[in-house]
Amino acid sequence: MRQLLRRPILLAGLVVTLFLFLVALLSLVWTPYPPSKMNIVHKLKPPFEFGLLGTDQFGRDVASALMVGAWNSLSTALLAVAIGATIGTAVGTVVAMRRGWVEQIVMRGCDIIFAVPPILSAMMLGAFIGSGRFTAVIAIATFMVPVFARLTLAAARQIWTRDYVAAAVGMGRSKLKITFVHILPNISNQIIVQVTIQLGLAILTEAGLSYLGLGMPPPNPTWGRMLADSQTFLGQAPWLALMPGLAIAIAVLGLNMLGDGLRDLLDPRSTP
Amino acid sequence: MISILIRRILSLIVTLLVVSLLIFVVMDLLPGDPAAIVLGTSASPETLAALRTQMGLDQPLPVRYLAWLWGVFQGDLGQSYTYGVPVAGLIAERLTVTLPLALMAVLMSVGIAVPLGVQAAKKHNGMFDAVVGAVSYVSIAVPAFWVGLLSIILFSTLLGWMPAGGFPGWDAGLLAGLQALLLPAIALALPQAGVLTRVARAAVLDVMNEDYVRTARAKGLGEGAALWRHAVPNALVPVVTMIGMQFTFLIAGAVLVENVFNLPGLGRLAYQSLAQRDIVVMQDVVLFFSALVIVVNFLVDLLYLVIDPRLRVGVR
Repeated sequence: MRQLLRRPILLAGLVVTLFLFLVALLSLVWTPYPPSKMNIVHKLKPPFEFGLLGTDQFGRDVASALMVGAWNSLSTALLAVAIGATIGTAVGTVVAMRRGWVEQIVMRGCDIIFAVPPILSAMMLGAFIGSGRFTAVIAIATFMVPVFARLTLAAARQIWTRDYVAAAVGMGRSKLKITFVHILPNISNQIIVQVTIQLGLAILTEAGLSYLGLGMPPPNPTWGRMLADSQTFLGQAPWLALMPGLAIAIAVLGLNMLGDGLRDLLDPRSTP
Repeated sequence: MISILIRRILSLIVTLLVVSLLIFVVMDLLPGDPAAIVLGTSASPETLAALRTQMGLDQPLPVRYLAWLWGVFQGDLGQSYTYGVPVAGLIAERLTVTLPLALMAVLMSVGIAVPLGVQAAKKHNGMFDAVVGAVSYVSIAVPAFWVGLLSIILFSTLLGWMPAGGFPGWDAGLLAGLQALLLPAIALALPQAGVLTRVARAAVLDVMNEDYVRTARAKGLGEGAALWRHAVPNALVPVVTMIGMQFTFLIAGAVLVENVFNLPGLGRLAYQSLAQRDIVVMQDVVLFFSALVIVVNFLVDLLYLVIDPRLRVGVR
Protein backbone atom coordinates (compact mmCIF):
# COMPACT_ATOMS: atom_id res chain seq x y z
CA MET A 1 0.00 0.00 0.00
CA ARG A 2 2.84 2.40 0.85
CA GLN A 3 4.46 1.33 -2.43
CA LEU A 4 1.29 2.43 -4.16
CA LEU A 5 1.13 5.84 -2.49
CA ARG A 6 4.69 6.58 -3.48
CA ARG A 7 3.77 5.95 -7.11
CA PRO A 8 1.18 8.55 -8.12
CA ILE A 9 1.05 7.42 -11.77
CA LEU A 10 0.35 3.83 -10.82
CA LEU A 11 -2.22 4.92 -8.25
CA ALA A 12 -4.00 7.26 -10.66
CA GLY A 13 -3.98 4.60 -13.36
CA LEU A 14 -5.34 2.00 -10.97
CA VAL A 15 -8.13 4.28 -9.73
CA VAL A 16 -9.23 5.29 -13.24
CA THR A 17 -9.08 1.71 -14.55
CA LEU A 18 -10.95 0.31 -11.57
CA PHE A 19 -13.60 3.00 -11.96
CA LEU A 20 -13.93 2.11 -15.64
CA PHE A 21 -14.34 -1.59 -14.88
CA LEU A 22 -16.85 -0.90 -12.11
CA VAL A 23 -18.95 1.37 -14.32
CA ALA A 24 -18.84 -1.22 -17.10
CA LEU A 25 -19.93 -4.00 -14.73
CA LEU A 26 -22.57 -1.82 -13.10
CA SER A 27 -24.09 -1.11 -16.52
CA LEU A 28 -24.90 -4.82 -16.80
CA VAL A 29 -27.31 -4.64 -13.87
CA TRP A 30 -28.22 -0.94 -13.57
CA THR A 31 -28.27 2.24 -15.62
CA PRO A 32 -30.14 5.47 -14.71
CA TYR A 33 -32.48 4.93 -17.69
CA PRO A 34 -32.80 2.06 -20.16
CA PRO A 35 -30.00 3.06 -22.59
CA SER A 36 -31.94 2.47 -25.80
CA LYS A 37 -35.30 3.77 -24.62
CA MET A 38 -36.38 6.64 -26.84
CA ASN A 39 -38.12 9.66 -25.34
CA ILE A 40 -38.67 12.13 -28.17
CA VAL A 41 -40.25 14.74 -25.89
CA HIS A 42 -36.93 15.11 -24.09
CA LYS A 43 -34.66 14.98 -27.16
CA LEU A 44 -31.35 16.92 -27.28
CA LYS A 45 -31.60 18.14 -23.69
CA PRO A 46 -28.33 19.56 -22.29
CA PRO A 47 -26.64 17.98 -19.26
CA PHE A 48 -28.53 18.24 -15.93
CA GLU A 49 -31.73 19.33 -17.68
CA PHE A 50 -32.64 15.70 -18.27
CA GLY A 51 -30.47 13.03 -16.75
CA LEU A 52 -26.90 13.69 -15.66
CA LEU A 53 -25.36 14.23 -19.10
CA GLY A 54 -28.36 15.20 -21.23
CA THR A 55 -30.08 13.29 -24.02
CA ASP A 56 -29.43 12.55 -27.68
CA GLN A 57 -31.55 13.13 -30.79
CA PHE A 58 -33.99 10.38 -29.78
CA GLY A 59 -34.20 11.52 -26.16
CA ARG A 60 -32.04 8.61 -24.98
CA ASP A 61 -30.08 9.21 -21.78
CA VAL A 62 -26.42 9.93 -22.61
CA ALA A 63 -25.07 8.84 -19.21
CA SER A 64 -26.74 5.43 -19.50
CA ALA A 65 -25.46 4.97 -23.04
CA LEU A 66 -21.94 5.91 -21.91
CA MET A 67 -22.11 3.29 -19.15
CA VAL A 68 -23.19 0.52 -21.50
CA GLY A 69 -20.64 1.86 -24.00
CA ALA A 70 -17.95 1.32 -21.36
CA TRP A 71 -18.90 -2.34 -21.15
CA ASN A 72 -19.08 -2.79 -24.93
CA SER A 73 -15.80 -1.01 -25.49
CA LEU A 74 -13.94 -2.68 -22.65
CA SER A 75 -15.19 -6.20 -23.35
CA THR A 76 -14.30 -5.91 -27.04
CA ALA A 77 -10.83 -4.58 -26.16
CA LEU A 78 -10.28 -7.27 -23.51
CA LEU A 79 -11.30 -10.05 -25.86
CA ALA A 80 -9.12 -8.74 -28.67
CA VAL A 81 -6.06 -8.26 -26.46
CA ALA A 82 -6.56 -11.65 -24.82
CA ILE A 83 -6.56 -13.37 -28.20
CA GLY A 84 -3.74 -11.26 -29.62
CA ALA A 85 -1.56 -11.61 -26.52
CA THR A 86 -2.07 -15.38 -26.26
CA ILE A 87 -1.25 -16.09 -29.89
CA GLY A 88 1.53 -13.50 -30.00
CA THR A 89 3.17 -14.78 -26.82
CA ALA A 90 2.94 -18.37 -28.01
CA VAL A 91 4.53 -17.45 -31.33
CA GLY A 92 7.24 -15.38 -29.65
CA THR A 93 8.24 -18.05 -27.15
CA VAL A 94 8.23 -20.84 -29.73
CA VAL A 95 10.36 -18.77 -32.09
CA ALA A 96 12.78 -17.92 -29.27
CA MET A 97 13.06 -21.68 -28.70
CA ARG A 98 13.74 -22.48 -32.35
CA ARG A 99 15.57 -19.38 -33.70
CA GLY A 100 17.25 -19.69 -37.13
CA TRP A 101 15.20 -19.42 -40.31
CA VAL A 102 11.95 -19.86 -38.38
CA GLU A 103 12.71 -16.60 -36.61
CA GLN A 104 13.47 -14.81 -39.88
CA ILE A 105 10.20 -15.90 -41.46
CA VAL A 106 8.01 -15.24 -38.45
CA MET A 107 9.49 -11.81 -37.82
CA ARG A 108 9.08 -10.81 -41.46
CA GLY A 109 5.50 -12.04 -41.19
CA CYS A 110 5.05 -9.80 -38.16
CA ASP A 111 6.32 -6.80 -40.14
CA ILE A 112 3.78 -7.58 -42.82
CA ILE A 113 0.80 -7.93 -40.47
CA PHE A 114 1.91 -4.75 -38.73
CA ALA A 115 1.74 -2.92 -42.06
CA VAL A 116 -2.03 -3.39 -42.33
CA PRO A 117 -3.81 -1.00 -39.95
CA PRO A 118 -6.67 -2.72 -38.04
CA ILE A 119 -9.14 -0.24 -39.53
CA LEU A 120 -8.35 -1.58 -42.99
CA SER A 121 -8.39 -5.25 -42.02
CA ALA A 122 -11.74 -4.63 -40.31
CA MET A 123 -13.04 -3.16 -43.56
CA MET A 124 -11.83 -6.20 -45.51
CA LEU A 125 -13.44 -8.53 -42.98
CA GLY A 126 -16.54 -6.35 -42.83
CA ALA A 127 -17.11 -6.62 -46.57
CA PHE A 128 -17.20 -10.40 -46.44
CA ILE A 129 -18.51 -11.44 -43.05
CA GLY A 130 -20.31 -8.23 -42.10
CA SER A 131 -19.38 -5.78 -39.40
CA GLY A 132 -19.96 -6.41 -35.72
CA ARG A 133 -18.10 -7.21 -32.55
CA PHE A 134 -16.58 -10.36 -34.04
CA THR A 135 -15.06 -8.41 -36.93
CA ALA A 136 -13.70 -5.75 -34.59
CA VAL A 137 -12.19 -8.32 -32.23
CA ILE A 138 -10.51 -10.26 -35.04
CA ALA A 139 -9.13 -7.11 -36.68
CA ILE A 140 -7.69 -5.73 -33.44
CA ALA A 141 -6.39 -9.11 -32.27
CA THR A 142 -4.62 -9.69 -35.60
CA PHE A 143 -2.81 -6.41 -35.18
CA MET A 144 -1.83 -7.30 -31.59
CA VAL A 145 -0.23 -10.65 -32.53
CA PRO A 146 2.98 -9.14 -33.98
CA VAL A 147 3.21 -6.68 -31.07
CA PHE A 148 3.28 -9.50 -28.53
CA ALA A 149 5.33 -11.84 -30.72
CA ARG A 150 8.09 -9.23 -31.05
CA LEU A 151 8.02 -8.38 -27.38
CA THR A 152 8.15 -11.99 -26.15
CA LEU A 153 10.80 -12.95 -28.67
CA ALA A 154 13.07 -10.09 -27.59
CA ALA A 155 12.48 -10.76 -23.90
CA ALA A 156 12.70 -14.56 -24.16
CA ARG A 157 15.89 -14.33 -26.20
CA GLN A 158 17.55 -12.54 -23.30
CA ILE A 159 16.45 -15.16 -20.80
CA TRP A 160 17.70 -17.98 -23.03
CA THR A 161 21.24 -16.58 -22.68
CA ARG A 162 21.19 -16.71 -18.87
CA ASP A 163 23.38 -19.13 -16.99
CA TYR A 164 20.55 -20.92 -15.21
CA VAL A 165 18.91 -21.65 -18.55
CA ALA A 166 22.20 -22.97 -19.90
CA ALA A 167 22.40 -25.12 -16.77
CA ALA A 168 18.90 -26.46 -17.37
CA VAL A 169 19.82 -27.23 -21.01
CA GLY A 170 22.94 -28.98 -19.76
CA MET A 171 20.86 -31.08 -17.41
CA GLY A 172 18.94 -32.32 -20.39
CA ARG A 173 15.64 -30.55 -19.81
CA SER A 174 13.51 -30.22 -22.89
CA LYS A 175 13.18 -26.81 -24.50
CA LEU A 176 9.44 -26.84 -23.94
CA LYS A 177 9.87 -27.50 -20.24
CA ILE A 178 12.49 -24.76 -19.94
CA THR A 179 10.10 -22.40 -21.68
CA PHE A 180 7.38 -23.08 -19.14
CA VAL A 181 9.59 -23.25 -16.04
CA HIS A 182 12.15 -20.52 -16.73
CA ILE A 183 11.28 -18.38 -19.73
CA LEU A 184 7.59 -17.56 -19.32
CA PRO A 185 7.69 -16.73 -15.58
CA ASN A 186 10.62 -14.41 -16.20
CA ILE A 187 8.98 -12.46 -19.01
CA SER A 188 5.46 -12.42 -17.59
CA ASN A 189 5.93 -8.96 -16.05
CA GLN A 190 6.74 -7.43 -19.41
CA ILE A 191 3.73 -9.16 -20.94
CA ILE A 192 1.41 -7.85 -18.21
CA VAL A 193 2.66 -4.30 -18.76
CA GLN A 194 2.19 -4.62 -22.50
CA VAL A 195 -1.32 -6.07 -22.10
CA THR A 196 -2.32 -2.99 -20.09
CA ILE A 197 -0.91 -0.57 -22.65
CA GLN A 198 -2.36 -2.49 -25.59
CA LEU A 199 -5.78 -2.45 -23.90
CA GLY A 200 -5.70 1.32 -24.20
CA LEU A 201 -4.76 1.08 -27.86
CA ALA A 202 -7.51 -1.48 -28.41
CA ILE A 203 -10.09 0.88 -26.90
CA LEU A 204 -8.88 3.65 -29.22
CA THR A 205 -9.09 1.33 -32.21
CA GLU A 206 -12.50 -0.01 -31.25
CA ALA A 207 -13.75 3.56 -30.96
CA GLY A 208 -12.46 4.28 -34.46
CA LEU A 209 -14.05 1.12 -35.85
CA SER A 210 -17.42 1.80 -34.30
CA TYR A 211 -17.23 5.43 -35.45
CA LEU A 212 -17.04 4.05 -39.00
CA GLY A 213 -19.90 1.64 -38.29
CA LEU A 214 -17.58 -1.38 -38.19
CA GLY A 215 -18.15 -2.15 -34.52
CA MET A 216 -21.13 -3.52 -32.62
CA PRO A 217 -24.36 -2.85 -34.49
CA PRO A 218 -27.11 -0.55 -33.13
CA PRO A 219 -28.96 -0.35 -30.82
CA ASN A 220 -25.93 -1.37 -28.67
CA PRO A 221 -24.41 1.94 -27.66
CA THR A 222 -20.66 2.27 -28.33
CA TRP A 223 -18.52 5.33 -27.66
CA GLY A 224 -17.40 5.48 -31.28
CA ARG A 225 -20.91 5.38 -32.72
CA MET A 226 -22.13 7.94 -30.18
CA LEU A 227 -19.48 10.24 -31.64
CA ALA A 228 -20.55 9.43 -35.19
CA ASP A 229 -24.19 10.14 -34.33
CA SER A 230 -23.26 13.39 -32.58
CA GLN A 231 -21.79 14.81 -35.76
CA THR A 232 -25.17 15.77 -37.19
CA PHE A 233 -25.92 17.87 -34.11
CA LEU A 234 -22.58 19.58 -33.46
CA GLY A 235 -24.21 23.02 -33.54
CA GLN A 236 -27.31 22.19 -31.48
CA ALA A 237 -25.89 19.70 -28.99
CA PRO A 238 -22.09 19.86 -28.73
CA TRP A 239 -22.15 17.89 -25.45
CA LEU A 240 -23.06 14.80 -27.44
CA ALA A 241 -19.63 14.97 -29.06
CA LEU A 242 -17.87 15.91 -25.85
CA MET A 243 -18.82 13.10 -23.48
CA PRO A 244 -18.00 9.92 -25.45
CA GLY A 245 -14.65 11.37 -26.56
CA LEU A 246 -13.82 12.25 -22.99
CA ALA A 247 -14.76 8.76 -21.90
CA ILE A 248 -12.40 7.28 -24.51
CA ALA A 249 -9.57 9.63 -23.59
CA ILE A 250 -9.94 9.01 -19.85
CA ALA A 251 -10.11 5.24 -20.31
CA VAL A 252 -7.01 5.18 -22.51
CA LEU A 253 -5.16 7.61 -20.24
CA GLY A 254 -5.99 5.47 -17.21
CA LEU A 255 -4.76 2.27 -18.87
CA ASN A 256 -1.59 3.99 -20.11
CA MET A 257 -0.86 5.27 -16.61
CA LEU A 258 -1.54 1.86 -15.14
CA GLY A 259 0.79 0.28 -17.71
CA ASP A 260 3.60 2.76 -17.09
CA GLY A 261 3.12 2.52 -13.34
CA LEU A 262 3.25 -1.27 -13.50
CA ARG A 263 6.37 -1.08 -15.63
CA ASP A 264 8.08 1.07 -12.99
CA LEU A 265 7.00 -1.34 -10.30
CA LEU A 266 7.61 -4.71 -11.98
CA ASP A 267 10.36 -4.00 -14.45
CA PRO A 268 12.41 -1.00 -13.23
CA ARG A 269 15.29 -1.66 -15.61
CA SER A 270 13.31 -0.96 -18.76
CA THR A 271 11.99 2.38 -17.50
CA PRO A 272 12.98 5.03 -20.00
CA MET B 1 26.98 0.81 -48.56
CA ILE B 2 25.89 -0.27 -52.03
CA SER B 3 25.58 -3.92 -51.00
CA ILE B 4 23.50 -2.92 -47.98
CA LEU B 5 21.26 -0.90 -50.26
CA ILE B 6 20.82 -3.75 -52.75
CA ARG B 7 20.02 -6.22 -49.99
CA ARG B 8 17.50 -3.85 -48.43
CA ILE B 9 15.80 -3.23 -51.78
CA LEU B 10 15.59 -6.97 -52.48
CA SER B 11 14.05 -7.59 -49.08
CA LEU B 12 11.62 -4.72 -49.72
CA ILE B 13 10.50 -6.29 -52.98
CA VAL B 14 10.02 -9.70 -51.38
CA THR B 15 8.03 -8.14 -48.52
CA LEU B 16 5.80 -6.24 -50.92
CA LEU B 17 5.16 -9.40 -52.96
CA VAL B 18 4.29 -11.38 -49.84
CA VAL B 19 1.93 -8.65 -48.62
CA SER B 20 0.13 -8.55 -51.94
CA LEU B 21 -0.14 -12.35 -52.00
CA LEU B 22 -1.35 -12.42 -48.40
CA ILE B 23 -4.09 -9.86 -48.93
CA PHE B 24 -5.10 -11.60 -52.13
CA VAL B 25 -5.32 -14.98 -50.39
CA VAL B 26 -7.12 -13.61 -47.33
CA MET B 27 -9.71 -11.91 -49.50
CA ASP B 28 -10.10 -15.19 -51.33
CA LEU B 29 -10.40 -17.32 -48.19
CA LEU B 30 -13.02 -15.13 -46.58
CA PRO B 31 -16.48 -16.56 -46.94
CA GLY B 32 -18.74 -14.77 -49.40
CA ASP B 33 -18.82 -14.57 -53.16
CA PRO B 34 -17.38 -11.26 -54.43
CA ALA B 35 -19.78 -11.32 -57.36
CA ALA B 36 -22.73 -11.76 -54.98
CA ILE B 37 -21.36 -8.99 -52.78
CA VAL B 38 -21.22 -6.64 -55.77
CA LEU B 39 -24.63 -7.54 -57.16
CA GLY B 40 -26.55 -8.10 -53.94
CA THR B 41 -28.70 -11.04 -52.92
CA SER B 42 -31.43 -10.52 -55.53
CA ALA B 43 -29.19 -11.19 -58.55
CA SER B 44 -30.09 -14.10 -60.82
CA PRO B 45 -27.66 -17.03 -61.10
CA GLU B 46 -26.98 -16.14 -64.76
CA THR B 47 -25.95 -12.57 -63.94
CA LEU B 48 -23.80 -13.84 -61.09
CA ALA B 49 -22.06 -16.33 -63.36
CA ALA B 50 -21.52 -13.67 -66.00
CA LEU B 51 -19.98 -11.26 -63.49
CA ARG B 52 -17.85 -14.05 -62.05
CA THR B 53 -16.44 -14.70 -65.50
CA GLN B 54 -15.93 -10.98 -66.06
CA MET B 55 -14.12 -10.69 -62.71
CA GLY B 56 -12.04 -13.71 -63.62
CA LEU B 57 -13.34 -15.58 -60.58
CA ASP B 58 -13.72 -18.81 -62.56
CA GLN B 59 -9.92 -18.95 -62.84
CA PRO B 60 -7.83 -20.65 -60.15
CA LEU B 61 -6.25 -18.42 -57.49
CA PRO B 62 -2.61 -18.49 -58.73
CA VAL B 63 -3.73 -17.48 -62.22
CA ARG B 64 -5.80 -14.62 -60.85
CA TYR B 65 -2.97 -13.45 -58.63
CA LEU B 66 -0.41 -13.48 -61.42
CA ALA B 67 -2.80 -11.72 -63.78
CA TRP B 68 -3.42 -9.09 -61.16
CA LEU B 69 0.30 -8.71 -60.44
CA TRP B 70 1.03 -8.37 -64.13
CA GLY B 71 -1.60 -5.65 -64.27
CA VAL B 72 -0.03 -3.82 -61.33
CA PHE B 73 3.31 -3.73 -63.13
CA GLN B 74 1.57 -2.12 -66.08
CA GLY B 75 -0.20 0.37 -63.84
CA ASP B 76 -3.54 -1.42 -64.16
CA LEU B 77 -5.22 -2.08 -60.83
CA GLY B 78 -8.52 -3.22 -62.27
CA GLN B 79 -11.86 -1.53 -62.72
CA SER B 80 -14.12 -0.05 -60.05
CA TYR B 81 -17.65 -1.43 -60.20
CA THR B 82 -19.33 1.60 -58.69
CA TYR B 83 -17.44 4.33 -60.51
CA GLY B 84 -16.79 2.41 -63.72
CA VAL B 85 -13.27 3.83 -63.97
CA PRO B 86 -9.80 2.33 -63.52
CA VAL B 87 -8.87 1.99 -59.84
CA ALA B 88 -5.35 3.32 -60.48
CA GLY B 89 -6.75 6.66 -61.60
CA LEU B 90 -9.13 6.71 -58.66
CA ILE B 91 -6.31 6.14 -56.19
CA ALA B 92 -4.12 8.76 -57.87
CA GLU B 93 -6.95 11.28 -57.70
CA ARG B 94 -7.65 10.60 -54.01
CA LEU B 95 -3.95 10.73 -53.20
CA THR B 96 -3.90 14.44 -54.03
CA VAL B 97 -5.87 14.89 -50.82
CA THR B 98 -4.42 12.19 -48.55
CA LEU B 99 -0.76 12.81 -49.35
CA PRO B 100 -0.78 16.56 -48.56
CA LEU B 101 -2.88 15.81 -45.48
CA ALA B 102 -0.42 13.23 -44.16
CA LEU B 103 2.54 15.43 -45.05
CA MET B 104 1.04 18.45 -43.29
CA ALA B 105 0.31 16.32 -40.23
CA VAL B 106 3.86 14.92 -40.07
CA LEU B 107 5.44 18.36 -40.56
CA MET B 108 3.18 19.89 -37.94
CA SER B 109 3.82 17.15 -35.40
CA VAL B 110 7.59 17.41 -35.90
CA GLY B 111 7.35 21.21 -35.80
CA ILE B 112 5.55 21.01 -32.48
CA ALA B 113 7.41 18.07 -30.98
CA VAL B 114 11.08 18.85 -31.63
CA PRO B 115 11.19 22.39 -30.16
CA LEU B 116 9.03 21.31 -27.21
CA GLY B 117 11.06 18.15 -26.60
CA VAL B 118 14.37 20.01 -26.86
CA GLN B 119 13.26 22.78 -24.49
CA ALA B 120 11.87 20.23 -22.04
CA ALA B 121 15.16 18.33 -22.10
CA LYS B 122 17.15 21.53 -21.69
CA LYS B 123 15.21 22.43 -18.56
CA HIS B 124 14.55 18.88 -17.49
CA ASN B 125 12.82 18.30 -14.17
CA GLY B 126 11.66 21.92 -14.27
CA MET B 127 8.17 23.33 -14.46
CA PHE B 128 8.18 23.56 -18.28
CA ASP B 129 9.31 19.95 -18.56
CA ALA B 130 6.53 18.81 -16.24
CA VAL B 131 3.84 20.67 -18.18
CA VAL B 132 5.09 19.44 -21.56
CA GLY B 133 5.32 15.93 -20.16
CA ALA B 134 1.76 15.98 -18.85
CA VAL B 135 0.28 17.51 -22.02
CA SER B 136 2.06 15.08 -24.33
CA TYR B 137 1.06 12.16 -22.11
CA VAL B 138 -2.60 13.15 -22.27
CA SER B 139 -2.54 13.88 -26.00
CA ILE B 140 -1.50 10.29 -26.74
CA ALA B 141 -4.74 9.05 -25.18
CA VAL B 142 -6.95 11.33 -27.26
CA PRO B 143 -8.43 9.91 -30.47
CA ALA B 144 -7.49 12.03 -33.50
CA PHE B 145 -11.00 11.90 -34.93
CA TRP B 146 -12.40 13.29 -31.69
CA VAL B 147 -9.94 16.19 -31.86
CA GLY B 148 -11.33 16.70 -35.35
CA LEU B 149 -14.91 16.82 -34.05
CA LEU B 150 -13.96 19.24 -31.27
CA SER B 151 -12.10 21.51 -33.70
CA ILE B 152 -15.21 21.60 -35.92
CA ILE B 153 -17.29 22.67 -32.90
CA LEU B 154 -14.77 25.36 -31.95
CA PHE B 155 -13.54 26.76 -35.25
CA SER B 156 -16.55 26.18 -37.50
CA THR B 157 -19.68 26.17 -35.36
CA LEU B 158 -18.69 28.61 -32.63
CA LEU B 159 -16.13 30.90 -34.25
CA GLY B 160 -17.01 30.41 -37.91
CA TRP B 161 -13.37 30.71 -39.00
CA MET B 162 -13.06 27.47 -40.92
CA PRO B 163 -15.20 25.27 -43.13
CA ALA B 164 -16.72 22.34 -41.21
CA GLY B 165 -15.46 19.87 -43.78
CA GLY B 166 -15.41 19.10 -47.46
CA PHE B 167 -12.71 19.88 -49.98
CA PRO B 168 -12.97 22.52 -52.70
CA GLY B 169 -10.34 20.79 -54.83
CA TRP B 170 -6.92 22.16 -55.76
CA ASP B 171 -8.53 23.96 -58.72
CA ALA B 172 -10.05 26.38 -56.21
CA GLY B 173 -6.57 27.56 -55.38
CA LEU B 174 -3.72 26.46 -53.17
CA LEU B 175 -4.88 28.53 -50.22
CA ALA B 176 -8.45 27.22 -50.27
CA GLY B 177 -7.13 23.67 -50.47
CA LEU B 178 -4.68 24.13 -47.64
CA GLN B 179 -7.36 25.81 -45.54
CA ALA B 180 -9.65 22.81 -45.96
CA LEU B 181 -6.83 20.49 -44.87
CA LEU B 182 -5.71 22.61 -41.91
CA LEU B 183 -8.10 21.34 -39.22
CA PRO B 184 -7.86 17.69 -40.30
CA ALA B 185 -4.06 17.95 -40.29
CA ILE B 186 -4.09 19.47 -36.80
CA ALA B 187 -6.37 16.67 -35.58
CA LEU B 188 -3.98 14.08 -37.00
CA ALA B 189 -0.87 15.89 -35.81
CA LEU B 190 -1.74 16.36 -32.14
CA PRO B 191 -1.64 12.73 -30.93
CA GLN B 192 1.47 12.17 -33.08
CA ALA B 193 3.10 15.25 -31.59
CA GLY B 194 2.52 13.83 -28.12
CA VAL B 195 4.43 10.66 -28.95
CA LEU B 196 7.20 12.52 -30.79
CA THR B 197 7.70 15.10 -28.02
CA ARG B 198 8.40 12.32 -25.53
CA VAL B 199 10.82 10.66 -27.94
CA ALA B 200 12.58 13.94 -28.76
CA ARG B 201 12.96 14.83 -25.09
CA ALA B 202 14.37 11.43 -24.16
CA ALA B 203 16.72 11.46 -27.15
CA VAL B 204 18.11 14.93 -26.41
CA LEU B 205 18.58 14.01 -22.75
CA ASP B 206 20.52 10.93 -23.87
CA VAL B 207 22.72 12.83 -26.27
CA MET B 208 23.34 15.86 -24.04
CA ASN B 209 25.83 13.98 -21.92
CA GLU B 210 27.75 12.52 -24.84
CA ASP B 211 31.40 13.46 -25.25
CA TYR B 212 31.04 15.46 -28.44
CA VAL B 213 28.39 17.70 -26.94
CA ARG B 214 30.61 18.25 -23.92
CA THR B 215 33.51 19.02 -26.26
CA ALA B 216 31.36 21.50 -28.15
CA ARG B 217 30.58 23.23 -24.90
CA ALA B 218 34.19 23.11 -23.78
CA LYS B 219 35.38 24.78 -26.96
CA GLY B 220 33.22 27.74 -26.05
CA LEU B 221 29.95 27.05 -27.86
CA GLY B 222 26.99 28.40 -25.88
CA GLU B 223 24.53 25.98 -24.29
CA GLY B 224 21.91 26.73 -26.98
CA ALA B 225 24.32 26.42 -29.89
CA ALA B 226 25.79 23.18 -28.59
CA LEU B 227 22.29 21.85 -28.23
CA TRP B 228 20.93 22.84 -31.64
CA ARG B 229 24.08 22.17 -33.64
CA HIS B 230 25.15 18.91 -32.05
CA ALA B 231 22.56 17.41 -29.75
CA VAL B 232 19.42 17.97 -31.81
CA PRO B 233 20.63 16.51 -35.13
CA ASN B 234 21.64 13.36 -33.30
CA ALA B 235 18.41 13.21 -31.40
CA LEU B 236 16.55 13.22 -34.71
CA VAL B 237 17.36 9.54 -35.33
CA PRO B 238 14.84 8.23 -32.76
CA VAL B 239 12.32 10.88 -33.86
CA VAL B 240 12.55 9.71 -37.47
CA THR B 241 12.31 6.09 -36.33
CA MET B 242 9.17 6.91 -34.40
CA ILE B 243 7.61 8.64 -37.41
CA GLY B 244 8.17 5.42 -39.33
CA MET B 245 6.77 3.25 -36.55
CA GLN B 246 3.77 5.53 -36.13
CA PHE B 247 2.99 5.58 -39.83
CA THR B 248 0.47 2.75 -39.54
CA PHE B 249 -1.39 4.81 -36.95
CA LEU B 250 -1.16 7.90 -39.12
CA ILE B 251 -2.84 6.00 -41.94
CA ALA B 252 -5.53 4.67 -39.60
CA GLY B 253 -6.02 8.19 -38.26
CA ALA B 254 -6.26 9.58 -41.78
CA VAL B 255 -9.02 7.09 -42.66
CA LEU B 256 -11.02 8.33 -39.67
CA VAL B 257 -10.23 12.03 -39.97
CA GLU B 258 -11.07 12.07 -43.67
CA ASN B 259 -14.46 10.66 -42.75
CA VAL B 260 -14.96 13.23 -39.98
CA PHE B 261 -14.19 16.10 -42.36
CA ASN B 262 -15.74 14.51 -45.42
CA LEU B 263 -12.51 14.79 -47.40
CA PRO B 264 -12.35 12.94 -50.72
CA GLY B 265 -9.13 11.12 -49.82
CA LEU B 266 -7.98 7.52 -49.95
CA GLY B 267 -9.34 6.73 -46.49
CA ARG B 268 -12.77 7.95 -47.48
CA LEU B 269 -12.46 5.90 -50.67
CA ALA B 270 -11.74 2.79 -48.62
CA TYR B 271 -14.77 3.49 -46.48
CA GLN B 272 -17.01 4.17 -49.47
CA SER B 273 -15.81 1.04 -51.22
CA LEU B 274 -16.96 -0.93 -48.17
CA ALA B 275 -20.37 0.74 -48.18
CA GLN B 276 -20.67 0.18 -51.94
CA ARG B 277 -19.28 -3.36 -51.83
CA ASP B 278 -16.64 -2.38 -54.36
CA ILE B 279 -14.25 -5.25 -53.57
CA VAL B 280 -11.64 -4.45 -56.21
CA VAL B 281 -11.26 -0.87 -54.98
CA MET B 282 -11.05 -2.00 -51.38
CA GLN B 283 -8.45 -4.64 -52.09
CA ASP B 284 -6.33 -2.16 -54.02
CA VAL B 285 -6.62 0.56 -51.38
CA VAL B 286 -5.71 -1.81 -48.55
CA LEU B 287 -2.75 -3.02 -50.58
CA PHE B 288 -1.73 0.50 -51.42
CA PHE B 289 -1.82 1.63 -47.78
CA SER B 290 0.09 -1.45 -46.62
CA ALA B 291 2.71 -0.96 -49.32
CA LEU B 292 2.96 2.68 -48.28
CA VAL B 293 3.64 1.70 -44.67
CA ILE B 294 6.30 -0.78 -45.76
CA VAL B 295 7.97 1.66 -48.15
CA VAL B 296 7.96 4.45 -45.56
CA ASN B 297 9.63 2.14 -43.05
CA PHE B 298 12.15 1.16 -45.72
CA LEU B 299 12.90 4.84 -46.37
CA VAL B 300 13.23 5.47 -42.64
CA ASP B 301 15.77 2.65 -42.50
CA LEU B 302 17.72 4.27 -45.31
CA LEU B 303 17.43 7.69 -43.71
CA TYR B 304 19.14 6.30 -40.61
CA LEU B 305 22.18 5.49 -42.65
CA VAL B 306 22.21 9.05 -43.95
CA ILE B 307 21.65 10.69 -40.56
CA ASP B 308 23.89 8.45 -38.50
CA PRO B 309 27.02 7.19 -40.26
CA ARG B 310 27.81 4.99 -37.26
CA LEU B 311 24.99 2.69 -38.27
CA ARG B 312 26.59 2.02 -41.66
CA VAL B 313 29.18 -0.13 -39.98
CA GLY B 314 28.15 -3.61 -39.05
CA VAL B 315 24.77 -3.52 -40.75
CA ARG B 316 23.78 -6.93 -41.91
